[in-house]
Amino acid sequence: MPEVFMPRLSDTMTEGAIAQWLKSEGDTVSRGDVLAEIETDKAVMDLEAYESGVLEKILVQPGENVAIGAAIAVIGDGSGSDAAGGSDAAGAAAAEPETARGASEADTGEEPPAARADESAEDLEPASRPEREAVTPADESTAPAASGSRIKATPLVRSLARSHGIDLGTVQGTGPGGRIVRADIERLLGDESARKPALAPAPSGAPTASEPQPVPASAAPVASAQADDERVPMSQIRKVTARRLTEAALVPVFQLTTVLDASRLTDVRRDINTRLADSGVKISVNDLIVRAVAVALAAHPEVNASFGGDAILRHKHVNVGVAVALEDGLVVPVVKDADRKSVSAIGAEIKDLAARARAGRLKLEEMTGGTFSVSNLGMFGIDSFTAVINPPEAAILAVGATVDEPVVVDGEVQVRPRTRLTLTVDHRVLDGATAAAFLRDLTALLTEPLRILV
Amino acid sequence: MTAMADNAQNEITYRQALHDALREEMTRDENVILLGEEIGIFEGSYKITAGMLAEFGPERVRDTPIAEEGFVGAAIGAAMLGMRPVVEIMTINFSLIAIDQIVNHAAKIYGMFGGQTPVPMVIRTPGGGGQQLAATHSQNLEVWYAHIPGLKVLAPSTPADAKAMLTAAIRDDDPVLLLENLSLYNTKGPVPEGDHVAEFGRAKVTVPGTDVTVVGYSRSAAIAKDVAHRMAAQGVSIEVVDLCSLRPLDRETICRSVMKTGRAVVLEDDWLTYGIGAEIAATIQEGAFDYLDAPVRRVAAAEVPLPYAKSLEKIALPDADALIRVINEQLDATRFAR
Repeated sequence: MPEVFMPRLSDTMTEGAIAQWLKSEGDTVSRGDVLAEIETDKAVMDLEAYESGVLEKILVQPGENVAIGAAIAVIGDGSGSDAAGGSDAAGAAAAEPETARGASEADTGEEPPAARADESAEDLEPASRPEREAVTPADESTAPAASGSRIKATPLVRSLARSHGIDLGTVQGTGPGGRIVRADIERLLGDESARKPALAPAPSGAPTASEPQPVPASAAPVASAQADDERVPMSQIRKVTARRLTEAALVPVFQLTTVLDASRLTDVRRDINTRLADSGVKISVNDLIVRAVAVALAAHPEVNASFGGDAILRHKHVNVGVAVALEDGLVVPVVKDADRKSVSAIGAEIKDLAARARAGRLKLEEMTGGTFSVSNLGMFGIDSFTAVINPPEAAILAVGATVDEPVVVDGEVQVRPRTRLTLTVDHRVLDGATAAAFLRDLTALLTEPLRILV
Repeated sequence: MTAMADNAQNEITYRQALHDALREEMTRDENVILLGEEIGIFEGSYKITAGMLAEFGPERVRDTPIAEEGFVGAAIGAAMLGMRPVVEIMTINFSLIAIDQIVNHAAKIYGMFGGQTPVPMVIRTPGGGGQQLAATHSQNLEVWYAHIPGLKVLAPSTPADAKAMLTAAIRDDDPVLLLENLSLYNTKGPVPEGDHVAEFGRAKVTVPGTDVTVVGYSRSAAIAKDVAHRMAAQGVSIEVVDLCSLRPLDRETICRSVMKTGRAVVLEDDWLTYGIGAEIAATIQEGAFDYLDAPVRRVAAAEVPLPYAKSLEKIALPDADALIRVINEQLDATRFAR
């Protein structure tokens, strides 16, 4: 009974892996103790015990991936009785407490429940007659007759189907009137051969802010393996990166590129770092760009927005995401309220976020809530590139390297440091002229960076 | 208060617990006064105020005329001027005579007059049927008051809760209706010694379980607890959520339980239509929709004025058997195997 389940630790998580167990079998645990570290699609997070007792059995070993809701351990009173029957649950994607029962004994040939529901409904149908006994209306008493084609399934079943990628059209419901109930899904999940991972929901449109529709990464063409190919299993982070980028590909976008004269930007940065060296302040061009983006967004609320399906959502807060490359993926930690923070505060925050991102120690709330993103490949010497939009944000800025180039100034050729900025824009939210005005003002701020320091 | 005193447990009745809370608060704060019909010389219809007149005198323990609107109004005025009146209304049915005072005055004065004065009063009143008191004396009208912003409504199901909630009600600066129940007065339970003050808006999981959530309050929470113990023997693990506070309502505890069990049944003493159960069901579908494996079921009183005849009264009131039947129906509908 007191099993520990793989929790849902992020909105996009469908399965998780045990990074490591911090308790061993036989350990006494108290409610709130950290049992294990779980690697989700985004980060490594602590799993706390919800009940006190003895960790009787560990069902999932470090490195193993299991679905949300699968039993991963058993906490009991130490007698071991609770662990019985659970020992092989690791591979079976058990969903809820009574899995064992539901999966193996659900079809013991009892009277079909539909008949029972009908009886109760008959009892309660006439609304004009006062109920003379304690009132217990059957659940179907007020429901209009269902049309033939709709699949009847409980809300719990629908959410399980989503997280396990099950097509409910293939499931036989055994609840009232053929309704699919949890026991039916558990029976199915207990039988791996019946599981159909390929039947994940078809892409139903580009993502919106209010209803993100998960699109499988495999919605885009996948390669078939050749004999001499090395097969590198995808980490959770790689998988979610793939899925998010596939979703982003459904967004209709356009790009705008401009070239920034970075003379003053590099001067200001050098000045700050030289003059404030004693105080330990050290800022990067990227910190200045993030600050300028935030100031420009505050002045352009139409850009600090998301596609919300039937409305454009303009966000009150200016939260700038900063793309951080990891060994096997990409995360975008968010500098919240960046328009209200100084350059040095932004710089310190990005440094901390990036370091923890690489260690897989970001908290979920530090990776969500972005309203705009900045991606910078300048340090790799890339002159110019286009970034893929980070849904549901309306735009992303790609920053290239700052390069000395000959440029005509007042009729003379001079050498100036120049940076190429490319804005990728969700065309559902913004039109060319609006986005261009934003990029123009952003460029103006960076050309005269004193304006973002005051 | 030492840990030892805290752990000391006395088995006392719900009636005694209410009496103790009143007496302790009367002793602690001289602003606490009692008003009600026959609470002094006769010591109360249900003897909650036994000995109070003798101990605290007629200034603080006031026998009132049979005029609910008058003495509830007098209590409101006293509360506005700094007293902490505790009014006993002999049954919740009689509160209807005072409903204008309760709903239009006690609940509104603080807000309507810019917070110039709170109304720190308590109305203690028992509801419920089953005593052959017939239709006009057997109603469960608590939802009428739980509907009203500006009031707080508490509904204890155990002696310990009765004491802690009455103490909290007296010390609170808002008007509080404390719902008692005729059939609970003689029930016994452990009551910790020392100063225990209940928290408003906090439901309790009184029996933890994994298969079905049963929500109740007052008498129905006591029945639910009993049913949970009986069905445990049949391999059904019921989690009982005792609402304790009808307003404010602890939606989080309800939803958290349903997220665990996937099934919910509400046992309510009032009538089904527009009852407490309707609010609970709405709360669950809003807060735990994706966790429901079956529609929320409600077990409530028959939609008739309660009959006087014992046999008819019995079948009109929701009881443990009705609850068990509905729980089983819901388990069957979700193919629960035991």
